[in-house]
Amino acid sequence: MSTLLPFAQTETRTNYLNADYGWKSWLFTTDHKRIALLYLFSITAFFFVGGTFAVGMRVNLLTPEGIFAHDTYNKLFTMHGIIMVFFFLVPSIPATLGNFLVPMMVGARDLAFPRINLLSWYLYIIGGIIALTAVVQGGVDTGWTFYAPFSSTYSNTHVILTAIGVFVAGFSSILTGLNFIVTVHTMRAPGMTWDRLPLFVWGHYATSLIQVLGTPVIAITLVLLGLERVLHAGIFDPAVGGDPVLFQHLFWFYSHPAVYIMILPGMAVISEIIACFSRKSIFGYGFVAVSSIAIAVLGFLVWGHHLFVAGQSMYASMVFSLLSFLVAVPSAIKVFNWTATMYKGSVSYETPMLYAFGFIGLFTIGGLTGLFLATMAIDVHVTDTYFVIAHFHYVMVGGMVMAYLGGIHFWFPKISGRMYPEGWAKFAALVVFVGFNLTFFPQFILGYQGMPRRYAHYPPEFQVLNVMSTAGASILAVGYLLPMIYLAWAWRRGPRAPQNPWNAKGLEWEKSPTPPPTFNFEEQPVVTEPAYNYSGEKGEVEIG
Amino acid sequence: MADSEAVLAAHEPGLRHHFDDSAQQFESSTLGMWVFLVTEIMFFGGMFGAYTVYRNLYRDAFASTSRFMNLPIGAINTGVLICSSFTMVLAVRSAQLDRKRALIVFLILTLLLGCVFLGLKYVEYHEKWVDHHIPGPGFHYADSRYFHQAQILFFLYFAMTGMHAIHMIVGVGLLTTLIAMAARNRFSGAWYTPVEMIGLYWHFVDIVWIFLFPLLYLVGHT
Amino acid sequence: MMKHQAVPVKVYAAVFGALLALTITTVAVSRLELGEYNFIAAMTIAVIKGSLVVMFFMDVRRATSRTKLFVGAGFFWMAILLVFLLSDYLSRGWLPSPRWL
Repeated sequence: MSTLLPFAQTETRTNYLNADYGWKSWLFTTDHKRIALLYLFSITAFFFVGGTFAVGMRVNLLTPEGIFAHDTYNKLFTMHGIIMVFFFLVPSIPATLGNFLVPMMVGARDLAFPRINLLSWYLYIIGGIIALTAVVQGGVDTGWTFYAPFSSTYSNTHVILTAIGVFVAGFSSILTGLNFIVTVHTMRAPGMTWDRLPLFVWGHYATSLIQVLGTPVIAITLVLLGLERVLHAGIFDPAVGGDPVLFQHLFWFYSHPAVYIMILPGMAVISEIIACFSRKSIFGYGFVAVSSIAIAVLGFLVWGHHLFVAGQSMYASMVFSLLSFLVAVPSAIKVFNWTATMYKGSVSYETPMLYAFGFIGLFTIGGLTGLFLATMAIDVHVTDTYFVIAHFHYVMVGGMVMAYLGGIHFWFPKISGRMYPEGWAKFAALVVFVGFNLTFFPQFILGYQGMPRRYAHYPPEFQVLNVMSTAGASILAVGYLLPMIYLAWAWRRGPRAPQNPWNAKGLEWEKSPTPPPTFNFEEQPVVTEPAYNYSGEKGEVEIG
Repeated sequence: MADSEAVLAAHEPGLRHHFDDSAQQFESSTLGMWVFLVTEIMFFGGMFGAYTVYRNLYRDAFASTSRFMNLPIGAINTGVLICSSFTMVLAVRSAQLDRKRALIVFLILTLLLGCVFLGLKYVEYHEKWVDHHIPGPGFHYADSRYFHQAQILFFLYFAMTGMHAIHMIVGVGLLTTLIAMAARNRFSGAWYTPVEMIGLYWHFVDIVWIFLFPLLYLVGHT
Repeated sequence: MMKHQAVPVKVYAAVFGALLALTITTVAVSRLELGEYNFIAAMTIAVIKGSLVVMFFMDVRRATSRTKLFVGAGFFWMAILLVFLLSDYLSRGWLPSPRWL
């Protein structure tokens, strides 16, 4: 189904890429599309940094005794987590694809606050530099969860510096969320009612709600942690009257919703891809839209499932466990709706769709194992083991990163004006899928058999599975390197793309040139049909 | 941008090009400020949460620390902030009615009242420093039964009032900018959005204090 | 367009007066020995004062439903944090501790 024009289209039209040249036009831009690319570069760089720490960990785990000193290993898993969570996953899709597409999908010329958008990126960079400084100075070893009193009293590493870096990056996240919320409310084109919005926008709106409501709490928690480290007043230190569980409550109040910040944009991308490559409107559009909001809201009510064995009261634990079961429902609704969309659709297997298939399968596995963890009786046995690690890597990497790659491929023509090489892309998708499963499936077994997480060494009986996992990681690494190479190549040398290579529905495809001009549309679009109108139904014109 | 849009932009003061008209821009600014204030509610909320927990856990220690809170200064400061909210709202009203001099006068009054608040806060903090009630290596507490709990409670006192004071200082800076802009005739009855937005911010900081005052100074005070 | 008519100074002055009066009231009530009700009284007065500032000084009284929704959501979310936090601490003795703790 993919259509390339049989002749080359010369690009003489001015677009956002060639509208202006020079480093100043990029570093002082307020164009949401350029900012998205700035983010794309920096996020990819951080992905590499976080990945390097993972490589160190997996190499260490090839043998039961390991090769690194235990303190060093502690730093590796800490920094892997911090970089991947705060500097890769949380910003990833929203700051790149979200920034690029949300204004276009609602029919606006830019986000509501373009200068704040640029500020957001600068805050991200500053936070990242501060965190990297901490890394270079010797790192942090508290785990990305910064549990007190180790982080507040006993750790001898650069906790405060790292906390400042995360704090600053958190503000970047808040400002992005704020921008999206206001844009979706006030900048929709005529006729773009809420029930005509692409599900990509609904997903980003829900994500933004979480960013705005949750991130300030981890911000203040890190402030309190930093102050405690300096003053030792005892707020989190049991030796002097404090409660370490309070830290965990405050930390997870954000960090659990944070995982929904990480997955909702991925789900948003999947909705777009599946509709396009099934040539069908998303089944149950309303349910999927409301489910995004439901996940955002319910996601704030479940954080205590991280504290089941921490000393939280049994009563509270039971309430949190029940709510954790409830939050799985809207995610499941989405998976059923995506599947129903494909049923009797005209399905084709371009690379974005391959990633979408991978997402559905792997996210389902990750999500179901989350239910096991929400069950207290099971959690007692597998908490702090590799079972938990496998669970969240299935949703984060098997889910989110695959969605990210799928989205990048899907919108690559729109963003760059060129097509990527489909053969290489399909191959890379397969390598990612194989590598991912080989890396993380053994970890379910390891965890279930009792291998604890955050341990630099392990009993010899776990070695076989660990070696499998490391082997998988090396394959996965290849799978990630391939797109970086061929996408970089395609950016310069790929065949020019037509305006709508996928024949997709959506304002960004139908009403905007490829690549888009700086103000996105040649004239303001007026929306007259529902989203994903692949069946060609006529809608009513509603202005305002 | 189409010619008609250029004409519109030329006539509407303060209009930025990505907006269709100033109504959309004003709506966006207002919603944006409110979303920001929601983040501030959650930011302070974390500290209110920690405070609630410890007050519950250490009721007796809390009662014992309450005598060291300077109620007169706290009460006067509450009054000062309420006055400053009044002058702020009058400033916004002046801008709305295109009364430039009144606007500047009320902004200056608000600023001065804010500085009075900060000055009194300094006096209070100094008093705590003299009493060795600042958490850290120099902390002393008369009642040795409650040494650790008192230190935690004073830590929260300083964290909460300190964070509030930082927000006041930022507010004072914003007011200064507003006064400078007003003096240069940047505002008119047609466009005074920054005045209104910073007004919202200022009122919010007042509301935080409205809750801090009873929690820190009044309850447990028998 | 959201611009309304200017509010008469009288209204603002009345609210200002009420806020000062409520402040004096709350200090006076705190001097009485009401046990648990001291806290409830102080918090009730604070909520009234806060509501006056929100409704009148921040003009939420005349704002759109959307603004009201966001304001409400902000306070509601803080309430979620406080309520769930307290639900742990207050219920710690209710059920027996599990064997793994």
